[in-house]
This record gives sequence, structure tokens and C-alpha cells, in this order.
Amino acid sequence: MKLVKAIIKPFKLEEVKEALSEIGVEGMTVTEVKGFGRQKGHTEIYRGSEYTVDFLPKVMLDVAVPDELVAKTIDAIKNAAKTGKIGDGKIFVLPIDEAVRIRTDEMGDSAI
Amino acid sequence: MLPLLMASGALSSTLSAQDAGATLDSVATAASDAAFRTDNLWILIAAALVFIMHLGFATVESGLGQSKNTVNILFKNTFIICMGIVVYAAWGFNSMYPGDGNGFFAMGAPISNALNAGGDDLMTSSYADYTYWADFIFQAMFAATAATIVSGAVAERIKLGSFMVGATLLVTFIYPISGYWKWGGGWLDAMGFYDFAGSTLVHAFGGFAALAAVLVLGPRKGKYLPGGKIKPVLGHSMPLVAIGVFLLILGWFGFNGGSVLSADPALVSLVFVTTMIAACGGGLASMFTSWIVLKKPDLSMSLNGILAGLVGITAGADQMGPWSALIVGFIAGVIVVFSVLFFDKIKIDDPVGAISVHGICGLWGTWAVGIFGIGGDYSIVTQLVGSLSVAALAFVTSFVIFIAVKAIMGLRVSEEEEVGGLDVGEHGQEAYPDFQGAH
Repeated sequence: MKLVKAIIKPFKLEEVKEALSEIGVEGMTVTEVKGFGRQKGHTEIYRGSEYTVDFLPKVMLDVAVPDELVAKTIDAIKNAAKTGKIGDGKIFVLPIDEAVRIRTDEMGDSAI
Repeated sequence: MLPLLMASGALSSTLSAQDAGATLDSVATAASDAAFRTDNLWILIAAALVFIMHLGFATVESGLGQSKNTVNILFKNTFIICMGIVVYAAWGFNSMYPGDGNGFFAMGAPISNALNAGGDDLMTSSYADYTYWADFIFQAMFAATAATIVSGAVAERIKLGSFMVGATLLVTFIYPISGYWKWGGGWLDAMGFYDFAGSTLVHAFGGFAALAAVLVLGPRKGKYLPGGKIKPVLGHSMPLVAIGVFLLILGWFGFNGGSVLSADPALVSLVFVTTMIAACGGGLASMFTSWIVLKKPDLSMSLNGILAGLVGITAGADQMGPWSALIVGFIAGVIVVFSVLFFDKIKIDDPVGAISVHGICGLWGTWAVGIFGIGGDYSIVTQLVGSLSVAALAFVTSFVIFIAVKAIMGLRVSEEEEVGGLDVGEHGQEAYPDFQGAH
């Protein structure tokens, strides 16, 4: 089991969700985050004082998938989230030691 | 008109001369009763409109503040309206309008508890074009608005109890003094000073009292960084600010319209026009000034500009035509942008621009009567003397009051509380408990 963690542009969320659904990945957790990589921030001005906003709004997706689905998951997210412009985001793959479905006590692959 | 003439002609021909005279007398009485009813009604409506300005102040101040201080700002505004009316009833009204006096100071006293305020003719046109009660409630609403100007400038770092004490002292004792100087028939009135609805007596008063308070209080932590850099502290809700300013415009129809002190069609309708058009001038001027000077059109500055225009016309709304009013408002709108930038530059922290909108533009509006006023004889010198003496009174007394309050009970919240927010610190409450705010 792997946790695929993706940070994407917020307006791409719907597209990514549908792309994952097409490959059979239905469950996910979404968090609103702020961050930056190489993408520069921008300058704002409030009542005459300028300030830079470095942190840009992004969306972080957490999807738990069985090992066999990892490659397809990465491709689905990547293709749906890509715009070709700076700030498209990143995908990380983390190992999952254990998974539990709370309602039924199922563990392992059947929990995800 | 013609049927009326024919009818009265028919009437007088069927009655004796004496009866006809008596009937026409009662018609005249009925007409003046109707005028009294109309004038009085307008003053009462105007008082209610001025009350709406408190909605405006509450939303403007909380919108320009951070979300973690919202409960505190709203609490201060709630306190001010509750306190203002009561202290004005207990002392201020009589201190401001003593009837007779030395022209500088008159002792206050509580208003009557009787249904007719202690005299039947206080409820008739022998008192004024409105009853004693209408007079009181209209003036009381003005007193309360003067206090609320200070609350915006000191927001986000003043101790609640200290603010309550300071504001109460200012409204109770000091506001009626300068009010007496002009509206109560005191020395400024004798000098020919003119302030139609309070550019000086309410707005400059509040603005300069606020300036003194801010000087004693100090800026918010982290606002002014070494090297002259200013760290902006963002207001948490621009929609609230915009709604607040529009409510203030609405209230100003009562603030200026009611200051005619009758329902005189010519004057009240003129004042409605000059008031509104000055607001427009102020808004347009701030929009373009901020666009040019700051490279982007700033919403909060534009809204401040509308208020600046309104404050600017308040001294002379009944003394000039619409184009002069537009110019007065426009100049106020330009002034306010530079004033806000200026006070930040000299490290005087005013989260809502109250000192600029009310203090500086209040002075400008008063002087503008000397330049543009055509309803009577006005001198710029008199306007200067009057406005500056009231500003000085407000500044000095506010300074002394807040220094004393600081010495006795402290003035500022702790640094920890300022960072965590006054809502939790002073009130143990949050304004937005469901939101994990960044501010």
C-alpha cells in the first residue's frame, strides 16, 4: 500500500478527481494548503504599504492505493493537473505500514 | 387652489364677519400645527438615521480590523451607543445647552423624568420647531457618534476597561463644552463661527481626541519596522467595510438633513443634494488619487474618501450649491489619501484612518465654509480660530485623560494578548469560532 500525496493548483482539483475515478480510485482526502517551490510570489498593496505574498494557495490530495495502482495513479494525477506553467505542483509516494477501515475492522488492501 | 378660494368665498358670505375671522384663525392654527408636526417628525426620523451611523461605524471598524479582534471592536461600539445616550441625558444635554451662561462652560444636569419634560410648552412650538424630547434624542445621537471616532483609531491594542473610562469622560464632560461654544450659543457662536452639522464639533473633535489617544497608546506591535518600513496589517473583511460606508451615507442624510432643525423644504432638500454630491466627490477623488499615487485603485481608501467628502460638507451643507459641495468633497477625498499615508509615515498607527477622515477633513470642511459659503458672511479666520480651538480642546483633554488612565489602570493589552487577539484576551470569545483564521 502506498500513500500518493499530490500538491496541485486548486482549480485542477475537479479534473484530477475525475481522472482518478476513471482508473478506479474513489477515496481521497483534500486539504487547502499554501506553499511555493520555484514559483515566485507577487506583490500586494494595502493602504499605501507594499508587501510580498510568497505563499500561494494550493490543494493537497492524499490517496491510499494498492502497490499495483501506484504508477497509474501518478500518471492520472500528473496528466490532469499539468498546465505546463510554473507552479503545477509535485507528487510524492510514501509507504503505508498499515491501513484500517474503521467501520468494518478490515485491514490491509481491503481497507483502502 | 381655485375651488378652495371659491369655497372660502362661499363660506364667508354665509357667515358673519366675526365667525369668518375665527374660522380663518383656526385654519391658520391648524396649518402651524401641521408644520410643527412635520418639523418634529423629521427631527425624529433624522435621529433614527443618525443611529444608523453606529451600524456603519461598527462594520467599518470591524472590517478594517483583524478577525481576532472583531468581538472587541464590536463590544466597544456597543458600549459607546449605550453609554453615550445615557451620559448625555445625565449631564451633557444641559451642559451643552444651558440657555444662559458664561460662553465657555456650563454645569450639566440630568434631563427631566416627567412625561412633558417638566413643562407643557416644552412639547410645543414655543420651545422650537420640535419638542424637547426630539431635541434631546437628536443631539444625543450626535454625542455618541463623536465617541466612536476614537474607538477605530485605538483598535486592536487598547485595554477594554481603559477605553471605556476614557470614552465616557470625553463624551460626558468634554464634548458638551465645545458643543456649547457654538451650538449652545457660547463664545464661538458670538464670534460668527459656523458649523452647520459638526465638521468641527463632532468630527474634528473626535479625530483630534483620537490623535491624542493614539499618541499615548502607541502603534500596534510590529507595524513599524526599523528602517522606515511599514508592515501592513490587513483588514479581515472588505465587504463589511463597504457595507459600513454605505450605511454611513444613509445615516448622513439624517445627520445633515436633521441639522436644518426643521423640515424646511428648501433647506433640507438642498442639504440632501450637497451632502450626497460631496460624498461622490470624495469617493471619486480618493479612487483616482490612490490609483495614481499607489499605482492601484485602493478600495479601503476609496471608501475613506466617501467619508472624507461627507465630513467635509458637514460644516456648510446648507451654505453652498452642489458644485461647490462637489469641489469641497473632492478636495477632502484627495486630502484623506495623503493624510493616511502621512500618519503612517510618522508612525501614528490608525487602523481605520479616523484621524484623517474626521480630524483633518473635519478641519478642511470647516475652513471650506469660509471659502465657498454663500449663505451668509463667513470669514476664513473665524473658521480657523473656531476649528483649531475645538481641535485643541479635544486633543489636550484627551491626552490628559488617557495619560491619567494609563497611569491608574494601564492603557495597552499585553504583547501576548495583542498577538493572540483581544477577542480571546479581553472577552474569552471568538467572532468566527468555526474558522481557523490566519489572523
